[in-house]
Amino acid sequence: MKRYIAKRLLLLIPIMLGASMLSYSILYLAPGDPAELMLERQLQGVPTQEQIEAFKEEHGLNAPIPIQFANWLYRILHGDFGISLRTEKPVLTEYLNRFPASLVLFLMSQTLSIAIAIPLGIISAVKHNSEIDHLSRFVAMIGVSVPNFWLGLLLILFFAVYLGWLPAFGYGGFAHLILPALALGVSGCASIMRLMRASLLDVLNQDYIRTARAKGLCERAIIVKHALKNALIPVVTVIGLHIGHLISGMVIIETIFAWPGVGRFLVESIHARDFPVIQGFVLLIAMIFVFSNLIVDISYTYLDPRIRYE
Amino acid sequence: MTVLSIRGLKVYFSTEDGIVKAVNGVDLDIGENETLGLIGETGCGKTVLGLSILRLLSENTVVEGEILYRGMDLLKLSEEEMRKIRGKEIAMIFQNALTSMNPVLTVGTQVSEPFELHHGLRRRDALMKAIEMLKLVRISSPSERVKEYPHEFSGGMRQRAMIAMGLACEPSLIIADEPTTGLDVTIQAQVVELMKELTMRSRTSMLLITHDLGVAAELCDNIAVMYPGEIVEYANTVEIFKNPKHPYTQGFLDSLPGRGLKPMEGMSPSLINLPEGCKFHPRCPFALERCKREHPRMVEIGNNHQVRCFLYD
Repeated sequence: MKRYIAKRLLLLIPIMLGASMLSYSILYLAPGDPAELMLERQLQGVPTQEQIEAFKEEHGLNAPIPIQFANWLYRILHGDFGISLRTEKPVLTEYLNRFPASLVLFLMSQTLSIAIAIPLGIISAVKHNSEIDHLSRFVAMIGVSVPNFWLGLLLILFFAVYLGWLPAFGYGGFAHLILPALALGVSGCASIMRLMRASLLDVLNQDYIRTARAKGLCERAIIVKHALKNALIPVVTVIGLHIGHLISGMVIIETIFAWPGVGRFLVESIHARDFPVIQGFVLLIAMIFVFSNLIVDISYTYLDPRIRYE
Repeated sequence: MTVLSIRGLKVYFSTEDGIVKAVNGVDLDIGENETLGLIGETGCGKTVLGLSILRLLSENTVVEGEILYRGMDLLKLSEEEMRKIRGKEIAMIFQNALTSMNPVLTVGTQVSEPFELHHGLRRRDALMKAIEMLKLVRISSPSERVKEYPHEFSGGMRQRAMIAMGLACEPSLIIADEPTTGLDVTIQAQVVELMKELTMRSRTSMLLITHDLGVAAELCDNIAVMYPGEIVEYANTVEIFKNPKHPYTQGFLDSLPGRGLKPMEGMSPSLINLPEGCKFHPRCPFALERCKREHPRMVEIGNNHQVRCFLYD
């Protein structure tokens, strides 16, 4: 197991190398000359040819692209992600300052959606085709289909503007957290709930559940002891995959709720064509994806003894 | 003294294709320490019959008739009363131990479960009992093996662990549904030998459901031959093999490799669309005009040998 984790961590190197290449190429894949675009922004006007040349010289943009990439990579490996063109502060500091706010929102919405989805999915499966099952499936269907930005706006309208119970936007106490966490978590919650239901129903039809019944176990023990662990295996996979969706959702939700997190920072930076910040974000996302997949893979070994990593 | 007595049992369930009449009026008796073989082709309703005794069929199944266990009608018990019968009084051994054992629980957990449940033992004591049971079914180094999962066991070992699970609480009756199907022939022989020994020792009655006549001959005192949904012949094992009366039983025996390997004409009818009259008449070489219209009754032809055929009525 330790060797497996070490191997997976080593695999991080080529993955991050690929991700960094991709993120560096954003600079050149985006339409327009990056130097010109950046200068335009800085000077608030059309730069002269001399200014562009001077800028290129200063930022090493005249060197061949592979050399530029190598230099960039060298700096990143030394913890230097560059300076934000917009705020003129180090990119890494900017991210570290905003990271806690995003983490809080992420954890809150993830906890909320799992805490609602798993029990509801179990109830729906156990009492399948009952009223509570039909109702929760109907609500889940809506939850999966509704775009999160629209839901966010509706939540603001209803709970903040109309009822006045909760703040409409901003960062502060627990009350500020509720609406964005809800808007962010609903679609994940709905799909986890539907999968939990389907997976448990499938498990309850397996032969080994019949064996458990034949032993004289009661329904409760059958579900808790024999069915749940089996049914959770696909659910854990999807929860892991949803982390990616959640991050892309955060970009939108943080913007709507003016949440001072990493996602909103990205949107602002994209508007400003702040390339060092965007590049840093791509690397950050790649890192989070790789680690969340690793955590999912490791959690399999606890759920399913048939999975062993050598 | 009969342990189990089934009277007029009918089991129907509805599917998208129509109503499946899996069991159509079956009468059976199993005595103390008796092993009764229920043999028939795949899809003749024998597994459904076995499951209906422990009431393990899905809720939309219609079960009619009487299933008397020591005089108590199991069909009239509450679900909670039924749970006290399952695993303790009547246990079941399933075919295909790989899918019938929980893949994420250790063998020890699964074998010790009946002890916790029915004898109220603590986990650790129940696990000691499980180790004893595994020893009894000849699994080597059982105290190590209890910590393993079903996929770490070989097919024969899994089936023996299933048997250990079934015999755990020394039930009065075991329903064994194709316990040897899917095992290598040499392993089959071991499992059969083991079941014979263990049921003899604990004086357990058994209903053995199988399509394997070799296994039936080895283990059973009496044999009931089932043809879609009903018993067509019943006698003791020696009599059935020496002196089969029903044309279906004769055909079934003639299809054995040792007896000429003659395949039987036609197919077993679907349980949704059963023929009128005698259900075997479309395939029967001796079919009379009467067989198409009338349903034959079970006739006693002496020596406790019963057959459902107009040739003897």
